[in-house]
Amino acid sequence: MISRVVAMVLRYMFIYKRSTIRIAELIFFPLMDLLVWGFVTLYLQQVTQSNAVLFMLGGIVLWDIFFRAQQAVGMSVLQEMWVGNTLNLFVSPIRPRELILSTAIVGFIRATITATGLGICAYVLYAFNMMDLGIALVPLFGLLLFFGWAVGLFTSALILRYGEAAESLAWIVPFLIQPFVAVFYPVSALPPALQAFAQIFPCTHIFEGMRSVLHSGGVPWREMGISFLLTLVWLCFTGTFFARTLTYVRSKGYLTTASRG
Amino acid sequence: MQSVVVTNLWKKFGKTPAVKGISFAAERGEILGLLGPNGAGKTTTIHMLLGLTSHDEGSISILGLDMPKNRYEVLQRVNFASAYVSLPGNLTIDESLYVYAKLYNVENPKHRAREVLAELEVDLPGRSLIGTLSAGQKTRLNICKALLNRPEVLFLDEPTASLDPDIAMKVREILKKLRKNYGTTIIYTSHYMQEVEELCDRAIFLARGSIVATGTPTEIRERSKLKSLDEVFVTIARDGELRDSNDKEER
Repeated sequence: MISRVVAMVLRYMFIYKRSTIRIAELIFFPLMDLLVWGFVTLYLQQVTQSNAVLFMLGGIVLWDIFFRAQQAVGMSVLQEMWVGNTLNLFVSPIRPRELILSTAIVGFIRATITATGLGICAYVLYAFNMMDLGIALVPLFGLLLFFGWAVGLFTSALILRYGEAAESLAWIVPFLIQPFVAVFYPVSALPPALQAFAQIFPCTHIFEGMRSVLHSGGVPWREMGISFLLTLVWLCFTGTFFARTLTYVRSKGYLTTASRG
Repeated sequence: MQSVVVTNLWKKFGKTPAVKGISFAAERGEILGLLGPNGAGKTTTIHMLLGLTSHDEGSISILGLDMPKNRYEVLQRVNFASAYVSLPGNLTIDESLYVYAKLYNVENPKHRAREVLAELEVDLPGRSLIGTLSAGQKTRLNICKALLNRPEVLFLDEPTASLDPDIAMKVREILKKLRKNYGTTIIYTSHYMQEVEELCDRAIFLARGSIVATGTPTEIRERSKLKSLDEVFVTIARDGELRDSNDKEER
């Protein structure tokens, strides 16, 4: 098992060895987000004298942890389709759980690189220190990773089912939930019906937790606990969805039609 | 000893039957040609044997193990190459073979990769990106990948389709050597009937999802009273069946 997981982690990491574009992508887009929203909130802070900049920058950095984790798992099947390698991969003895684990590890590496880069930039540009989150940073980071993997599994299943036609889904799925999960504003800013809807997403509780830490300094363990339980439910749901989709795709022969290079 | 046993295998895509109750077996060390025109069901059959596509009815046994029940045990001991599938274009030759050797849990993966490259006379720099190689080079590399784990059963889908005659001949020699030295069973699809005559111990002709002829290439040709296996192929492609010589004489 370890040999196969290592093989797939290497398979994805080898690409970064020689692609400056891919390395830049890990930092470039998140940095652009950070610059735009950072300066907007700096301006708003001057006008309104609020500490919104803290919440905004924290939201940007933490959102990118979730996004990178989701992308690593969600884009892996798509990457194999792009290079015509899906069939070779699925006739190898790698189990789906090993494939998922390897992409999750790649997601962890990507999220760590992005979060570190953004953390440094946020400190240099806006004097926002991620370390102010203290010990809470560990569960916040971990839960976002796990939820990113869960959403990535869902995305992967859609790509297995619909092939390259579903490419855009790999990018847009995270943004479908972004307005409702309190990334840049608290849940209380949403209409009542949407507030209830927002509760089903683990990251709502993570971002609310982040605001609580930045506001009062204490770790909101209750929010973290709820988020943990919800993440488990989401992982079970998307894992089952992925497994069933793989069975369905095999029965319809979609795996082979999507695989020819 | 039979390496592959297929019994009453059925597959439908929607309402269209792709494979209609075929049965066959391949002995250890046998090279079996799975032949037929486009849409005959040969690639679907190979994909079912590899567990890529699940079958609706019937059973598949590979190396004594049920497929797909023992999917991963089987896949560890078999391999596959096709002219229509390539290794990741964004990896180098060395990286790609290393990754696949690790996936198959091959001991000393770097050494084994060099061995298969030498066997297939791939004398390209290991740092070459696969995406920059010609179609023929990619196909040869894919065959290298298929040999990494010294498979007991090797599935090849038109492996020589994009190779020049010289390299195609070398590939055939390697396949013969594999069979002779390791007793590898090879299940093989091809549209080159001369190649089939040279290589295959036995051939199965499929048309519209059914087996229409089976035997050694010579037996099939003689039974049909046609001059060549090419003519057999064309007859099957046009008529969807192959009447044996006795039927023809009666008509």
